[in-house]
Amino acid sequence: MPTISVTRDILYERLGKTFTDDDFEDECFDFGIELDDIVEENNVVKFKIDIPANRYDLLCVEGLSRAMNVFRDRMVVPKFTVVPGQEKLIVDDSVSGVRPYCVAAVLRDMKFTEESYNSFILLQDKLHQNIGRERSLVSIGTHDLDTIQGPFTYQALAPEQIKFQPLNQDSVMTAPEMFEKFRQTYLKPYLQILEGKPLYPLITDANGVVLSLPPIINGEHSKITLDTKNVFIEVTACDRAKCRIVIDTICSMFSEYCSAPFTCESVTVESSSGSVLTPPMKYQTMECSAAQLCTKGGITGLTPDSVADHLTKMFLPSKAVGEQVTVEIGPTRHDILHQCDVEEDLAIAYGYNNITEQVPNLHTIGVEQEVNKLSDAIREELARAGFTEVLTFSLCSRDDISTSLRNGKALEEAVQIANPKSNEFQVVRTSLLPGILKTASCNRKMPLPLKLFEVSDVVFKSEDTETGSKNQRKICALFSGKTSGFEVVHGLLDRIMLSLSEKNYSIRASEESMFFTGRGADILLGTEKIGHLGILHPEVLENFDISLPCSVLEMSLEPFV
Amino acid sequence: MTMEPLKLDEYLSKRSYVNGYCFTYEDKALFEVVNKNISNYSACHHVVRWHKHIAKLSKPVKKQPPVVCKQDKIVLTDMSLDQTILNVLEKDGEIDSLGLASDQSVDHQKLIGAIKSLLALPGEYIKAEQKQVSCWELTGEGKSFVANGSYEYILFNSVPKEGILQKDLMKLPNAKIGFSKAMTLGWISIDKKAEGGPTVFRKVETAEDEVVKVLNNISEQKSVPDKVIQDVKKRKLISPVVTKFYKVTKGPGFSTTIQRPEADLTAEMLQDGSWKSKTFKDYNFAARGAPMTSGYLHPLLKVRAEYRRIFLDMGFSEMPTAQFVENGFWNFDALFQPQQHPARDAHDTFFISEPALTKEAKFPSDYLERVKTTHEKGGYGSTGYDYDWKVIEAQKNILRTHTTAVSARMLYKIAQQPEFKPVKMFSIDRVFRNETLDATHLAEFHQIEGVVADRNLNLGHLIGILHTFFKKLGIEKLKFKPAYNPYTEPSMEIFSYHEGLKKWVEIGNSGIFRPEMLLPMGLPADVNVIAWGLSLERPTMIKCGINNIRELIGPKVNLNMVQDFPICRVNKA
Repeated sequence: MPTISVTRDILYERLGKTFTDDDFEDECFDFGIELDDIVEENNVVKFKIDIPANRYDLLCVEGLSRAMNVFRDRMVVPKFTVVPGQEKLIVDDSVSGVRPYCVAAVLRDMKFTEESYNSFILLQDKLHQNIGRERSLVSIGTHDLDTIQGPFTYQALAPEQIKFQPLNQDSVMTAPEMFEKFRQTYLKPYLQILEGKPLYPLITDANGVVLSLPPIINGEHSKITLDTKNVFIEVTACDRAKCRIVIDTICSMFSEYCSAPFTCESVTVESSSGSVLTPPMKYQTMECSAAQLCTKGGITGLTPDSVADHLTKMFLPSKAVGEQVTVEIGPTRHDILHQCDVEEDLAIAYGYNNITEQVPNLHTIGVEQEVNKLSDAIREELARAGFTEVLTFSLCSRDDISTSLRNGKALEEAVQIANPKSNEFQVVRTSLLPGILKTASCNRKMPLPLKLFEVSDVVFKSEDTETGSKNQRKICALFSGKTSGFEVVHGLLDRIMLSLSEKNYSIRASEESMFFTGRGADILLGTEKIGHLGILHPEVLENFDISLPCSVLEMSLEPFV
Repeated sequence: MTMEPLKLDEYLSKRSYVNGYCFTYEDKALFEVVNKNISNYSACHHVVRWHKHIAKLSKPVKKQPPVVCKQDKIVLTDMSLDQTILNVLEKDGEIDSLGLASDQSVDHQKLIGAIKSLLALPGEYIKAEQKQVSCWELTGEGKSFVANGSYEYILFNSVPKEGILQKDLMKLPNAKIGFSKAMTLGWISIDKKAEGGPTVFRKVETAEDEVVKVLNNISEQKSVPDKVIQDVKKRKLISPVVTKFYKVTKGPGFSTTIQRPEADLTAEMLQDGSWKSKTFKDYNFAARGAPMTSGYLHPLLKVRAEYRRIFLDMGFSEMPTAQFVENGFWNFDALFQPQQHPARDAHDTFFISEPALTKEAKFPSDYLERVKTTHEKGGYGSTGYDYDWKVIEAQKNILRTHTTAVSARMLYKIAQQPEFKPVKMFSIDRVFRNETLDATHLAEFHQIEGVVADRNLNLGHLIGILHTFFKKLGIEKLKFKPAYNPYTEPSMEIFSYHEGLKKWVEIGNSGIFRPEMLLPMGLPADVNVIAWGLSLERPTMIKCGINNIRELIGPKVNLNMVQDFPICRVNKA
């Protein structure tokens, strides 16, 4: 969920009202945003506000205050218009392999203040981070139109052929030189989006002046300043829908500052597949039955007119015609995909906390999963036998289940994680032992002997399941004290089998290398091996930093489910 | 643990073992260290006592059972010494503990211990009166006098018969004091007008070092006149030492045979009837009882059991969640979560390298096709996301990020039935996030999820069922905040008023599943599915006041916490 930072006083000025912090928090709550924090930066009070991830129109103070004013009946939803412009952008086919989509727009006769200028930059940042997925999907370039000359070209060139003075740099450099330099800067994370690609995307004007090398950096030449009047906006992307959303969002947010407010100028984008005018700034209408809109929210007693009024408050200008409501979905509401999105907005406007609660009239009998029911019963038995339950992690290091247990083969059957952030998460465990041994090792202060157990899932690769891996419920118990306690875990096995009414089991000497020589045994159910028990090998103890002898039992619970 | 002898001694003065009353690893570890330097601890009675005891425990003991956890305190009384005191008293009628100690050549402190233990016996065997004697002890300076002679004596001996220049004489150490004392004693004289400067001469042939004689007498405890004592005390050559001792006389219940009161009623006493004639020690009711040796269940799982019971009470059936590895299809795509959604990023989700992919053939092919179309172009009243959906993303195996993946499988299964039957389902199981870890976030946690599928369910039903559910948890005050969730619309965050924190805190998330999720599965259009989820750890941490999640789960959990955790009744504050 994105968090935006807005200056409190500017927001209050736009809202035409000063709130107490608590009142403002309540106002946010009902609207579905969250006042996360209040901080003071250079004597200016800033609000940190959490915005729902699909509401790109609330990512700047302009859009946020507009939406809240409409919600509070202080403002009518503005109508956004696009007037035809002269500028043209030619998209060359060469970009198809690197960053295929590009749209553009012009904001004419703008008047920036320091505040609106900063907000303009911040919105681009937020869009880059969120919908743009750190610029990988979408990136934005804004330029002073009076310093450049159309038609503009979007093409892809070999890095060595690209040469210009990047924004805030002193000299002209080639793309490889820039990348070398930017590796030390905040731009570093974005470089990998292009690195390794044979061609880099580039936007240039009629005279070959470079506007930008998306998604990395703009050119110094066309940079916007507080004095910029006419802004050329280009958006490049790997995702066409997100490309449209971003340009619509910027135009609808900042056309407010144009001499003709809420009006922007189109750019003709030409490519081999034809010519289109951007920004799209489309309006769509949705015809819905008023009664149906109310149903999902459980809202009762609203007339169609009232439904339309509630929706209008949510920046969805609506009209009732008979029992039907016509909802207009403008360029700020790309989050509306389905009627259910409108239904939610109606419920928000109505107030979630005003909805009458009802309990579903549905009578059912609860049934447990047998494996969980049995696990709980066994856990109770183990605790009654004097063992203390531990709860450890499903993920562990490769060593934990293999070399540390003197069992190199364990990795063959283990599910391995591709992107662990640390070695604690390299594999899903195939044994509960490492967790229980680590717990014993961390609890040296406890009176001896230590008697621990865990009943939980391990995961093995398996050909017979959809994902190629399968959980197995296991029982693991440990005895650690001055003596090895083999007879104790053996006794526990007898106890477990007795509680499961299982007589057909036996133990047989095992050569497993995790056990002390001649002190390990397989647990057999009939002739099938379902687990093992024994005195741990001193090397295993050393690997887990344990200085007292330990006996363990580990077995599958699955045959008994 | 400090190795500094005095501190360790004080630490062990209050404990039988390092961790109180039971032998642990730490005793063993400390023993190794102390044993190497035992001479450093000779003055530390408690360390010595503990060391001896651990040494005994460390040797193979044949006769005793291998029980190392003993709760009885070892009583340090020396029977023969008690008896000696009583025998001497019988003979002499009175004892002075100092005198007896030197007669019997026993340590005075040991003797006092024996006297105290006799005093503690009921029946007043003896009476004891504490007294003190003060005597004098030589200071460091005093001792140096005895060894080298007094300053004045040394100075006198440095004056040759023919005399010595005063300035040369004064170069001796402590000459100033020695000079003035020797002058007072009349041992030397000074000619201030002598040739070459003031010169010192012997006034007597020889001198007796009286101070040293006095000091010797004092250290041998010979009697010395008070005035003399005061003189040397003034010179800080001696200092007073107080010795406490007991003057012991017979008590009203004196006897030379000791009848010790019994600590406990035994089976033998009942058998031979001896309990009738025995006296019994007072019981210390202020002490704690003996700790139970018992097994324990883990606190978080005790809380889990409560949640399970609540769901079962409400008629919810448990979903089969024993499946940590999922694929992108059921975890995300089936939930209408677009393939470029940040949750599908490697920064948030654990991807599996082995087995990396689910075979495409394992997915229901017609359903897969419907999911693809809904993502790309929409349908079922939706515009879709307008992007190219790739089956390879759906095939990628991951560790499930939520149990909703299982809910999706269950709903798909329900949709395949010939006739729709409403259901209530729940699960509580582990989910995995490749997140940055901190005090409240781990890479895995337990998700609690409730799902109801029925015709015409609405937000009012969701609110109603949440009130019912949370009431069973003892939470009455709820409010709901609009929220965004990729697979529910409407979505509501659940807040409860926390009486302790005096504020509203988020306790869970809920919503109605999107039609783009349900309709491709084949569920009837009027079937709505309401669902909510919360973590098991967070409410447990809030309830127990635990701030670091590692104190609740994982190997670093303190087992004392596990064993001391009370019975869990989540509806009780």
